[in-house]
Amino acid sequence: METWLAVAQFATLALAIALIYRPLGDFMAHTFTSAKHLKVERGLYRVVGVAPDSEQSWGAYLRGVLAFSLIGVLLVYLIQRLQAVLPYSLGFPAIPEGLSFNTAVSFVTNTNWQSYSPDVTMGYTVQLIGLAVQNFVSAGVGLAVAIALIRGFSRRSTGTLGNFWVDLTRGTFRVLLPLSFIAAIVLIAGGVIQNFSGFTDVTTLTGGTQSIPGGPVASQEAIKLLGNNGGGFFNVNSAHPFENPTPWTDLFEIVLMLAIPFSLPRTFGTMVGDKRQGYAVLAAMGTIFVVSLAALTTFEIIGAGTGPMAAGGALEGKEQRFGVAASALFGSTSTLTSTGAVNSMHDSFTSLGGMMTMFNMMLGEIAPGGIGAGLYGMLVIAIITVFIAGLLVGRTPEYLGKKIGPREIKLASLYILTTPVLVLLGTALSFAIPAVRADVEGTSIWNPGLHGFSEVLYAFTSAANNNGSAFAGITANTPWFNTALGVAMLLGRFIPIVFVLALAGSLAAQGRIPVTAGTLPTHRPQFVGLLVGVVVIVVALTYFPVLALGPLAEGLQ
Amino acid sequence: MSMFTSQLATGIPGAFRKLDPRVMWKNPVMFIVEVGAALTTLIAIVQPFLGSGDAAGSVAFTWGIAVWLWLTVLFANLAEAVAEGRGKAQAASLRKTRTSTMAVRVVDYDPAHDPAAERATTTQVASADLRLGDTVVVVAGELVPGDGDIVHGIASVDESAITGESAPVVRESGGDRSAVTGGTRVLSDRIVVRITSKPGETFVDRMIRLVEGASRQKTPNEIALNILLASLSIIFLIVVLTLGPIAGYSDAAPSVAVLVALLVCLIPTTIGALLSAIGIAGMDRLVQHNVLAMSGRAVEAAGDVTTLLMDKTGTITYGNRRASELRSLVGVDNIALRDAAALSSLSDPTPEGKSIVDLAEQQGFRRPSTVDGEIVPFTAQTRMSGIDFADGRQIRKGAGSAVTAWARETGTKGSSLFDELQEQTDAIGELGGTPLVVAVREPGRPAQILGVVYLKDIVKEGIATRFAELRSMGIRTVMVTGDNPLTAKAIAAEAGVDDYLAEATPEDKLALIRREQEGGRLVAMTGDGTNDAPALAQADVGVAMNTGTSAAKEAGNMVDLDSDPTKLIDIVAIGKQLLITRGALTTFSIANDVAKYFAIIPAMFAAVFPGLALLNIMQLHSPASAILSAVIFNALVIVVLIPLALRGVKYRPMSASRILSRNLLVYGLGGVIAPFIGIKLIDLVVSLIPGF
Repeated sequence: METWLAVAQFATLALAIALIYRPLGDFMAHTFTSAKHLKVERGLYRVVGVAPDSEQSWGAYLRGVLAFSLIGVLLVYLIQRLQAVLPYSLGFPAIPEGLSFNTAVSFVTNTNWQSYSPDVTMGYTVQLIGLAVQNFVSAGVGLAVAIALIRGFSRRSTGTLGNFWVDLTRGTFRVLLPLSFIAAIVLIAGGVIQNFSGFTDVTTLTGGTQSIPGGPVASQEAIKLLGNNGGGFFNVNSAHPFENPTPWTDLFEIVLMLAIPFSLPRTFGTMVGDKRQGYAVLAAMGTIFVVSLAALTTFEIIGAGTGPMAAGGALEGKEQRFGVAASALFGSTSTLTSTGAVNSMHDSFTSLGGMMTMFNMMLGEIAPGGIGAGLYGMLVIAIITVFIAGLLVGRTPEYLGKKIGPREIKLASLYILTTPVLVLLGTALSFAIPAVRADVEGTSIWNPGLHGFSEVLYAFTSAANNNGSAFAGITANTPWFNTALGVAMLLGRFIPIVFVLALAGSLAAQGRIPVTAGTLPTHRPQFVGLLVGVVVIVVALTYFPVLALGPLAEGLQ
Repeated sequence: MSMFTSQLATGIPGAFRKLDPRVMWKNPVMFIVEVGAALTTLIAIVQPFLGSGDAAGSVAFTWGIAVWLWLTVLFANLAEAVAEGRGKAQAASLRKTRTSTMAVRVVDYDPAHDPAAERATTTQVASADLRLGDTVVVVAGELVPGDGDIVHGIASVDESAITGESAPVVRESGGDRSAVTGGTRVLSDRIVVRITSKPGETFVDRMIRLVEGASRQKTPNEIALNILLASLSIIFLIVVLTLGPIAGYSDAAPSVAVLVALLVCLIPTTIGALLSAIGIAGMDRLVQHNVLAMSGRAVEAAGDVTTLLMDKTGTITYGNRRASELRSLVGVDNIALRDAAALSSLSDPTPEGKSIVDLAEQQGFRRPSTVDGEIVPFTAQTRMSGIDFADGRQIRKGAGSAVTAWARETGTKGSSLFDELQEQTDAIGELGGTPLVVAVREPGRPAQILGVVYLKDIVKEGIATRFAELRSMGIRTVMVTGDNPLTAKAIAAEAGVDDYLAEATPEDKLALIRREQEGGRLVAMTGDGTNDAPALAQADVGVAMNTGTSAAKEAGNMVDLDSDPTKLIDIVAIGKQLLITRGALTTFSIANDVAKYFAIIPAMFAAVFPGLALLNIMQLHSPASAILSAVIFNALVIVVLIPLALRGVKYRPMSASRILSRNLLVYGLGGVIAPFIGIKLIDLVVSLIPGF
C-alpha cells in the first residue's frame, strides 16, 4: 500500500517537474539574457547607484555578492537585536547576541538553520523585514552566481560575467517574487493561514485554554520552499497544519522546492546554446534524486529497529495526514535541495533512513540542490568528471569547448574540499576540545550514544551545506553551536562562491574549442553515468568512516 | 620479464637515494606516505616501553605496517628510477659522441671571396671552445665539432651515432640539407661549417638532458592531475585526522598506526607513485620511435591535435614517382620505347628507374643477362641519364628540355615532332605527373625521340585507412603540396584527406595554421626547409626532419631522426597514450579505495560496534591481518603496475565514447573488483603469521 502510494506520488511529482522544466527554464534564460530593463528596475538602479549595462569582471561580481551579503547579515542582526523596540513584535524581547548572529548568517546564507523556536521568539517585523527579505535575496544571490557560471561557459574570450546587481534584481523581482505570489495564493486556497492576528486564546474541546499563533504564513511559506530556504514560521515547520494542512499542499510544497533547481539545467542548456547539455545535467540530478528517494522510502517502509517493529511501522515523528511515503518524499526533497524544511522529524527516521537524509546533504546539495547553488555545484563536479574522462580518452579535457587546465582543476578541487573539511572539522572539534565536549555531551545531546553523535554530525552537515534542517533531538542554542554552525554556514556558502566565480572568470576568458569526433560528448548517458559515479564515489569515500560511526553502526546493530 | 627484473635491480640504489625528504616533497602524495612511514616506525620503536593492547595494537603489527609503508615509498621511487634508467643508457651512448675533438677554426672567414676557406688562416681549437658563429673546416674522416650549417661544399656524413641509421647521408650547402650535427662523422669530401649552437647547448646536449629526464618539466595536464591528487589527499588527511576525536566519543579511537594505514590506503598512492614514471616513459617511447621532443608539453599537445598538415611528397605519396604509362610518339613502335626505356634504366638504382623496368617487364620486356655498355649517370648539369652501348648506340632519358637539347645537338629536326612532344609532356604535367622523355641514337645518326614515360605520384598503400582512423579520432588532415590545384585535388581524393592546400607557399602554410588556430584547433605539421621554420614555430606541434636545416630544427618542438613524415600519426598516438595511462591509473587508484574501506572500517570499529562486522564482506581473518593486508596490497599494486606505466595503456584509434567505455570498464570496474580479490588473497597468507 505505502509502496504504491510512494510510486503514485512520485509519478505525479515527475509529471509536474516535466511540465515546468522547459517553460520555467527558458523563462529564466530569457530573464537573464534580455537587454531590457523594467521601469521599476531602472528606478531601483538609479536609487542604488548602479549602472545596469556595465559589465563586471569576476572579481567585481564577487565583491558585489560579498558586500551585499555582509550588509544583509548586519541588517538582520540589528533588526533582531532591536526587536524589543520594533512594532508588531508581539511583545517578544530582543534576541541574544549569539542567536542573532547565528540566525542572521543562517538566513543570509540561504541555510535557514533555526536554533530557536520561531513562534515564541520572532515577532512579525523580524520575520517580514529581516527574515522574509533574506528568503528572497539570498535565493537571488545563489541564482545570480549560477547564472554567472553559465555565462563563463557561454561567453568567449571576455573578461566579464554580467552585472551582479542586475542579476540579483531580475532574479528577485522577475522570477522569485511573481512565482511566490502565485504559490502563496495556491497555498491559501489549500488552507494555509495568512493573517496578522497574533495569538488567539481558545478553549479546547477538553475545556482547557490554548494560545493559537496566527501570522502571514502562506506568503512566508511560498518563498521558504521556492527559494530553498526552509525556515519555518512555526517551530515544527511544514509538519504544522497551518503551514502544510493537507497531502495536496504537501505535494505542492514539494513541487515548489524542486521547481527552480530542476529547471535551471534548462536555463543552462539554453544559455550555452546546447539544450542536450541541460538534459544531461538534469538526468544526473534526477538519477541521484530517484535512487536516494527510493532508498529512503524503502528504509522507512521496512521500518527496521525495535520501536518501529513494535509500532508496526516507522511512524514516530511523522504526521498521520502524510504517512510514511509522503514523509520520505518530503524529507528526501528537502535534504536534496538544501531547503531544510521538514514535514516529519528526521531525527525519528529509522537509522538508515536518517543516514540517507545526511548523505543527501553530504552530496553537496547538487541533486538538484539549492537554488542556483545546486547547478553550480553540479557543474563543478562535471568539470572534475570531464577531467578524469578526458584523460581516459587521451585528450586535454574540455567541457563545452572550454579547456579544463590546472587553474580550473585547482578551483574545482578547492570547491569540493570546502564543505567536507567544514563538516568533519566542526564535528571533530565538538568532541576534541574537552570543555566543548563536556558542553556538547551535557547540554546539547539529548540522546547519548550513537544517535547523539549523528545529531552533531547532522548539524554540521546541514550548516556547512546550507541546508538548515536538523536532527531535532539536539539543543543547538548554545554558544558553541551558535558560533561554530554560524561559521560553518558562512564559510560553506561564500568560500565555494569565491571559487565558482573565479572559475567562471577563467572559463569566460577562454575561447572555444570546436567539437570533433575526438571530443568526449558530455550529453550522452555514458557521461551522465560517469558524473553520477564521481559524485557518489567522492562523497562515499569522504564520509564513509563518520557514517559508519553514526547511523551505519546504529542501523546495522 | 627477465629484462624488466634486471631493470628493477639496477633501479634499487636510485630508489633509496630518492627517499631524501627534500626530493620526496615534490610528490605530495608519496611524501605523506613517507611521513606516515617515519611516524609508524617511531611508534613501533617506543611501543614496547608503553605497553600494548590488542592484536591491532601489537608491536608486530606496528612494525608490519611500518615496513610495508617504507616499501610503498620505495616501490614508488623504484618505478621512477626504472623509468629514468632506460633513458640513462641512451644518454650514455650519446655522451660518447660528445667527446672533445680538435676543430679547425677559420680565422676571419670571408664568404664572398674565399667561400671554401682555402686561403684563410686556420687555428686548432677544442670543440668545447667553439662559439656561436664560428666557422670550421671538416674533412673526410673527422668528427663534426658542433652543430652547424654547411656554408660551402658537399659531403657524405655518417649520422649513425644520432639516428642509429648506418647508411651515410649527403649534406650540402644551401637548400634544405645543409645542417650537420656535432658528433657525426664526415666520410668524404671537405665542408665549411658555420657553428649554430652555443657550447653545452648542442643538439646532442639537449638530447642527453631529455632522455635522462633532467630537463623534464611538468606538463599542464600533469600539473592539473597533481592538483586533483593533492586535493584528494587533503580530503583523506582531514577524514583520518578527524576520525580520532570523532571515534573517541564512542571510545573507539583507533591507534595511530591504524590511522596512518587507513590514510595511506585512501590517498591515491598508485597513481602518485607512478605519475612521474609515466611521464618519463612517455618521452622515452618517443625516443624509441626516434623522435626527440623538446618539451613534454609538445608530447601532450600532440594528443590534442585536431588538424594535421601533411606534405604530399613522402607522406601521402611515395617520395619517388613511379612509371605508370609509356606513351610513344606518332610513328614510333611502342615496343621500341619500352625496350629503350627499360635498357636505360637497368642499372639505374633510383626507385624511378626500377619502376620503369618493372613497368616494362609487365608489358613483356625480357631482362637481358648482360648489358654491354657504359652507364651514364644522372647529373644535375645534364639532367639526363642513360647508357652508351659498346656498339655506339646511345639511349638517354630525362627532362623534356634536356633530352630535346641533346637531340637537337645530334641534328634532330622537325618542329611537328617537338610540338607533339611538348603536347605530351604538358598533358602529363597537368595530371600532376612527371614526363620523362626517352631518345635513342644510332652511331653517327641524329637521335630519335621515342616517347614519354609517365611518372606518376603513387599514393601510399593503406594511407587512406590511416586517414579514416584519424578522422574517427577527430583529426582533420590537410595535404600541403606545391602542385597545381587540379593535381592536388586528384591526389587528395585518392588519399582521402579532408582538405588540401595547392601551390602552397610557406606564407600560405603559415596563414592556414593561423586560421585553424583561430578556430580553436590545435595544428601539427612536419617540415624540413628553412622556409618551413615560421610555420613550424607557429604550429602547436612542429616536427622537424633531422635531414632539415638547423633553422627548421630550431623552430619545431620535435625532431624526427628518421625524417619520416608519416610518423606524425604515431606521435599523436603516443601523446594520447600518455594521457590515457595517467587517467587509467588515476581511475584505478580511486576505485581501489572502495575495497580498502570494506577491509579497514570493520577492522577498526567492529570490536566496539559488532554490527559493522557485516561490512567485512571479504571475511578477512582478523582486524590486524585485514589492515596489514590492505597496506600490503596497496604497496604491491605499485610494483605490479610498473610495467603498464612504462609501456603505456594500449591505444587504438576509435571514437572518444568507445575509448571511455572500454577504459572505464577495465580500470574503473577492474579497479573496484581487483583489490577485493587481492586483499583477500594477501589476508589468507598474512593470517598464517602467528599473532595476526
